[in-house]
Amino acid sequence: MAKELRSILATDCGSTTTKAILIKKIDDAYRLIVRGEAPTTVEAPFDDVTKGVLNAVEEVEDLVHIRGEKDRMIIKDETIEVPQDGEHGVDAYVSTSSAGGGLQMMVAGVVKSMTGESAERAALGAGAIVMDVLASNDKRLPHQRIERIRHLRPDMILLSGGIDGGTTKHVVELAEIIAAADPKPRLGSEYKLPVIYAGNKDARDAVKETLGDKVDLIITDNIRPVLERENLGPARDKIHDLFMEHVMAQAPGYKKLMAWARTVDENGKMEEVPIMPTPGAVGNIMQTIAKIEKIEVVGVDIGGATTDVFSVFTEEQVFNRTVSANLGMSYSISNVLASTGIKNILRWVPFDIPETQLRNMIKNKMIRPTTIPFLAEELMLEQAIAKEALRLAFEQHKEFAVTLKGTQREREISEAFSQSTSGETIVNMMTLDILVGSGGVLSHAPRRNQSAMMMIDAFLPEGITRLAVDSIFMMPQLGVLATISEKAATEVFEKDCLIHLGTCIAPKGKCKPGKKALEAKIELPNGEIFEETINFGEMRKIDLGIDETAQATLKPLGGTDIGAGKNSEIETTLSGGVTGIIIDTRGRELYFDEMLKKETMKAYIPEDHAERVKALTQWMKALEVYPKEWLS
Amino acid sequence: MAQAYTPGLTITKSTILKKDRILPIKGEVVVKVGDKVKAENVVAKTDLPGDVQPINIGNKLGVPPSEVEPNMIKKEGEKIKKDEIIAQTKSFFGLFKSSVKSPVTGTIENISSITGQVLLREPPVPIDVKAFVDGVVTKVYEKEGVQIENKSAYIQGIFGIGGEITGEIKVLVEAPDQELLPEQIDNSCTGKIIIGGSMVRLAAIKKAIQVNAKGIVVGGIDDQDLKDLLGFDIGVAITGHEEIGLTLVLTEGFGPIKMATKTFDILKQFEGYKASMHGKTQIRAGVMRPEIIIPIPFKEDELKEKPKSFTGLKIGSIVRIIRQPHFGEICTVTALPEELVVVESETKVRVLKAKMEDGIEVTIPRANVEAIED
Repeated sequence: MAKELRSILATDCGSTTTKAILIKKIDDAYRLIVRGEAPTTVEAPFDDVTKGVLNAVEEVEDLVHIRGEKDRMIIKDETIEVPQDGEHGVDAYVSTSSAGGGLQMMVAGVVKSMTGESAERAALGAGAIVMDVLASNDKRLPHQRIERIRHLRPDMILLSGGIDGGTTKHVVELAEIIAAADPKPRLGSEYKLPVIYAGNKDARDAVKETLGDKVDLIITDNIRPVLERENLGPARDKIHDLFMEHVMAQAPGYKKLMAWARTVDENGKMEEVPIMPTPGAVGNIMQTIAKIEKIEVVGVDIGGATTDVFSVFTEEQVFNRTVSANLGMSYSISNVLASTGIKNILRWVPFDIPETQLRNMIKNKMIRPTTIPFLAEELMLEQAIAKEALRLAFEQHKEFAVTLKGTQREREISEAFSQSTSGETIVNMMTLDILVGSGGVLSHAPRRNQSAMMMIDAFLPEGITRLAVDSIFMMPQLGVLATISEKAATEVFEKDCLIHLGTCIAPKGKCKPGKKALEAKIELPNGEIFEETINFGEMRKIDLGIDETAQATLKPLGGTDIGAGKNSEIETTLSGGVTGIIIDTRGRELYFDEMLKKETMKAYIPEDHAERVKALTQWMKALEVYPKEWLS
Repeated sequence: MAQAYTPGLTITKSTILKKDRILPIKGEVVVKVGDKVKAENVVAKTDLPGDVQPINIGNKLGVPPSEVEPNMIKKEGEKIKKDEIIAQTKSFFGLFKSSVKSPVTGTIENISSITGQVLLREPPVPIDVKAFVDGVVTKVYEKEGVQIENKSAYIQGIFGIGGEITGEIKVLVEAPDQELLPEQIDNSCTGKIIIGGSMVRLAAIKKAIQVNAKGIVVGGIDDQDLKDLLGFDIGVAITGHEEIGLTLVLTEGFGPIKMATKTFDILKQFEGYKASMHGKTQIRAGVMRPEIIIPIPFKEDELKEKPKSFTGLKIGSIVRIIRQPHFGEICTVTALPEELVVVESETKVRVLKAKMEDGIEVTIPRANVEAIED
């Protein structure tokens, strides 16, 4: 337990950028003071993550000086000074990290859709990227599985399989495959590869015999002790411990960083604060919002290399996290193109651009991932790509968040079996209350309306949904801060982290251009009343400021639904934000996506190129997404 | 003031180069400190464990796992040949025997009495690590590899494909802004590393492969040509294993971009020299860029390490602009204002001012330049 903290420095070492925030207690309330950033320096020529941390903190110091506190210093002798002494140092320094590709794991289970999926959920929940799921029924030949392990070289493996007391044969067979692959951690590492065994307890001895001398075997409780219950906690804790001991400790400069991250406990003694994997920290904060407000939440964090999607759905507040390891805006930007195809990207672009030019631009961003769009055209292209990256990541999330069970949730046996075939997602865009975006392209968009439009186009919210962004991308830092001071984390979160964009109203159903889609009567706080019948295929924006609300009567038409059933009117209170109220009557209907090879949701967008550019231009003008002069 | 760190690529006429040559797994180092080596010489070797073929003998013989071991004709550790019988059931009077033949040549690695599975290991695969560059062995990492040092002209590329090669440098264009054309490539390019200017297209690459050139160094390439060359779209930049018949190194990026004059001048100066080059690029953890290494004569006492200093960006630093507008231009930093500036895209960023080679001064986000390190 930390003592009362006067100031806190928190950093997040991402794969591209290291971000630092300084929090100060002012009149008994914690507030964000400034934020600084610098390129991450985990790679050559520096090979030391702390260099980037110091650069980011130096920027924090500069900005504090500009604000008038001329003598305020945080760094002393090339380190973060803890605790605060007058104008020097901070009372706590905490950090998260996803640099160096984060934590990369392989998981194994006997039945892919059962223990395999439980193992995957445990690893994802701990903040890992799951490189592959091995299973006895994964339709690969044993030697193919062995080759896969050798080829991928994960940071660690989680092996599960079998319920306690059940058959041991299959899980031991998986252990034999891992042993045969004789996996080594990534090049240059001296330690043995950690393998966590969290399967049938009756197979422990056999697994020990098979793997014992080849890997660093850690045995923990079965993640699926009985068929209808998951027990992910112990495996997840072991993953966190091993992440700190093995993976982080090996990365350049991390030993130093781990020693820096500390606070002063209530007895005045120095206490180390473990570095958290970034996604684990973001997940913490997301769950906190859902718990406090009793709402359904979708959060997304789009980074340079990966996109994480978090959701809390159903009355039981089931939490899910997915990582789309190769969907991102810099390192993985080229993979967005490869996954979705150039046509899907170009459909969001409101001007003509030769395919060659777009392809070259994407590749140049991939090879120089830290660059920023200077030209208007390049910003619009990056945001078009972001829509596809977000859309694909969300599709993956919907596939994974099925009939779920968080830790310890009891399920019927029949339900447990049906999971393998039904794949019914628990993601329900109609009941979703709030969609929160974070990550460079959403948090740093020059106009907040751009973030709102990217999120609407990518996630296609249905009915009535609030939208928000993490203003300066500090959810990771607040997630780790919550581990030492929930008060500081929640206060800063409420006051300085989330920027409410407003509320999106989107009738679900087939778009019938030219026909009436929605009758809306919205009583605005200034006494004005917006009363209109809006046709299909439109986007509208009505100003409604932060902390303002408006009473609305909304009647969907043409067989559409906004939450109460087809053509059923609702009365509700709408929340404002920096964008306001957005009415989206482009419809929501299922279609077969050729690239994804599955049915998915889409909003109306004209097929014809000229028509499409015209429609995009109209929508972008209506939402004031870009300056008018950019849109011809 | 916060240090204006910016990533950069090294381009230099002369450096003391240290190159680690490490085995993928432990093995034997075959040279010693002080040995002079050529790029083609083997410096370390090892045997990679052979592939494993699991085979469920229990199922094949129709016996429970616990009875697999007694039915094995070949025991753990024994050598086996392909099609040799390795397990056989014993039956009354020698009748109704069932047997299993080995699908591979190798050894019996493991017999499991829990699963009935037997692991067959194929023979080890020998791996040689070559010196890759001419130089002197200055360190031996026991059982792992060596460090080789030399004096070299050294150029880091931005992106490449293809593995390690050596060849003589041959410059085919007059100036760094000229495209490398198919008609410039003929049989005199066989075995050579050919140097172009601003760009190379698919037809010229195919011609180079046809005449057995070893490599191409050029400013840029169109992504569509790269896709057509490889037959797939590169999703994540982890390259170096492509087998297309040569190694390609881009010094600037994608699209037609004039090769930096400094890079071109160095390559021109060392035309006719033997160079070592690879296209390995990894733009993630443990970033790796392609390299062109041109060893030059040196005396051993020259191999003294000069401490490298990274002073970051300062006024007078030479930088390359790495995004539109002015992509590819080389310029000199003239100012590093501290305050954030709103640029055309309405993005608020830290910027620098820099003078381009034509004397025009531009304001550019600091994130959009790359230091050219000497």
